[in-house]
Amino acid sequence: MDIKRLSDYAWEIPKHGEMKVSTVIYISSQLLEGVKRDKTLSQARNVACLRGIQRTAYVMPDAHQGYGFPIGGVAAFDLDEGIISPGGVGYDINCGVRLLKTDLNEEDIQAHRKQLLSEIFKQVPAGVGKGGTTRLSRQVLMDVCAKGAEWAVENGYGTPEDLQRTEENGRMKAADPSQLSSRALERGIPQLGTLGAGNHFLEIQKVDEIYEKDVAEVFGIRTVGQIMVMIHCGSRGLGHQVASDYIRLMENTFGTKGLPDRELINAPIRSPLGQQYYKSMSAAVNFAFANRQMIAHWVRQVFSRVLGSSKGMDQVYDVCHNVAKFEKHQVSEGEIKKVCIHRKGATRSFGPGREEIPEVYRSVGQPVIIPGSMGTSSYVLVGTKEAEKLSFASTAHGAGRVMSRHEALRRFRGEEIKQDLERKGIELRFTGWKGVAEEASAAYKDVDEVVKISHQVGLGRLVARVVPVGVMKG
Amino acid sequence: MSRYRFLPHTADAKFQAFGNTLEESFVNAALATASLMWDWEKIEKKKGHSARVEGRDLKQLLVSFLEEIIYLMESKRFLLAAVGGIQIEKKQGKYSLTAMFKGDQYSEKYTLFGDVKAITYNEMVIEENDRIMVQVVVDI
Repeated sequence: MDIKRLSDYAWEIPKHGEMKVSTVIYISSQLLEGVKRDKTLSQARNVACLRGIQRTAYVMPDAHQGYGFPIGGVAAFDLDEGIISPGGVGYDINCGVRLLKTDLNEEDIQAHRKQLLSEIFKQVPAGVGKGGTTRLSRQVLMDVCAKGAEWAVENGYGTPEDLQRTEENGRMKAADPSQLSSRALERGIPQLGTLGAGNHFLEIQKVDEIYEKDVAEVFGIRTVGQIMVMIHCGSRGLGHQVASDYIRLMENTFGTKGLPDRELINAPIRSPLGQQYYKSMSAAVNFAFANRQMIAHWVRQVFSRVLGSSKGMDQVYDVCHNVAKFEKHQVSEGEIKKVCIHRKGATRSFGPGREEIPEVYRSVGQPVIIPGSMGTSSYVLVGTKEAEKLSFASTAHGAGRVMSRHEALRRFRGEEIKQDLERKGIELRFTGWKGVAEEASAAYKDVDEVVKISHQVGLGRLVARVVPVGVMKG
Repeated sequence: MSRYRFLPHTADAKFQAFGNTLEESFVNAALATASLMWDWEKIEKKKGHSARVEGRDLKQLLVSFLEEIIYLMESKRFLLAAVGGIQIEKKQGKYSLTAMFKGDQYSEKYTLFGDVKAITYNEMVIEENDRIMVQVVVDI
């Protein structure tokens, strides 16, 4: 495939063959070599062939091969001519990250670190097949899916301020839970308020470096050593089932002929099935918002119990990284319109002025939270105005795997990883040794490199680096 | 000849399952899927769930069939140990499959070691030669 270098960190697959637009990949030459070895680039090219795609198909710095769309794929579609695709969102709908700040310093929790982590581990259900603490009725689950984090706040989990500091205010209004299959609901019922397994985690972190002091201050990040809490999880089985259901329904309605990849199956946005998917996906997005809202509440309860208070534990922000939504963007010289934007393994990074972001952040841009892998740094970035032109206001979402779980299991032992983390002063709680070895940081791309590219290109600027002091793994 | 084998895959799990018939290869694919979450050989065959799925083609049939395992685990906490009485039929251009899942309810005596999010079409192959081989990538 012909790949043209545009700059140190931008590469283009020029429009050719069936492509309706070109594809631009924001990546370093070093990471590009890895990406060339899997199907990321051919998947990105396939996306550029879809009906109604606007401007350019984009690929983020942490990209790797996915299903249909690559992970790290961003594409916008015309509302009349364009499509919506479950494979453009992914199976884990609204997998995302929430960041809480505290007014505590490293020294304040030093003596209580182990206890804090152990209590959180007891309070927040995690791990394979682990159900929630309350068994919901179907009606309550429907409410959760209709109202998202709002439902959680109404039921005593957290505060209205949390909602203001959540993408979409914690609720996608288009959600229609009556469109969810019975199976999606059945999978969701036992799983609300659970962290799950795999790469999902909860970390107690400390601020390690601040790059842009004024912006950090606006986000509530004041000083090196400040304690933060990061929660990374998604919509669990409910979201997975929505993706599977609509791939099947779209296949049965539109057939699979001519698709280079079956997970590229899609429906016109205006079609009844396209609308149904959007409403169901929105319901799954809401489930995930409520999930993170409940977990955040339990974390505050633990801090309050162990340290006497959870004062100052405000939410910095909560971002989605697997979602489709409607946003206004400039699609060509002089033409601004509403499009259906798909971000699959990508984070929205709106700069100053956008009405979608909370008032408190509107003068600086939205916080972009990029989690690392187990035991490594994570980052807080700020969205930029340029990102709208560069990537429909999107940037990376994490580190991205480079080694298979099987290979990680062969190379690493959970016990050694735990000892290694302990030597670095990081406490670890987990539900299984296998998960610990599989999620070894060496099995992931270097998150430092990923955020550096984002910063250099202007997709999102570096604000602060945080490092874990306690890690809880599902 | 083994029932299935796993192949390298960066982000997820990829396996090939084998059989002398299509039915046998589907059963072995089910066991391979289960093996990502629990040790199916250690699960008692105390309970049964009848499965009935349809597909517009064999690939969709396979995806739907394997999804049953995830669905039963997440909603009913049922762990698959074996598949009996499997039959695949083709009628008026559509495929249907019936089978009996045997296994047990999850309890503390069993260890779960992984989640499967979804069965995908990615790199899916159904090869019908002397023996049947099905290749599946699952999102984990």
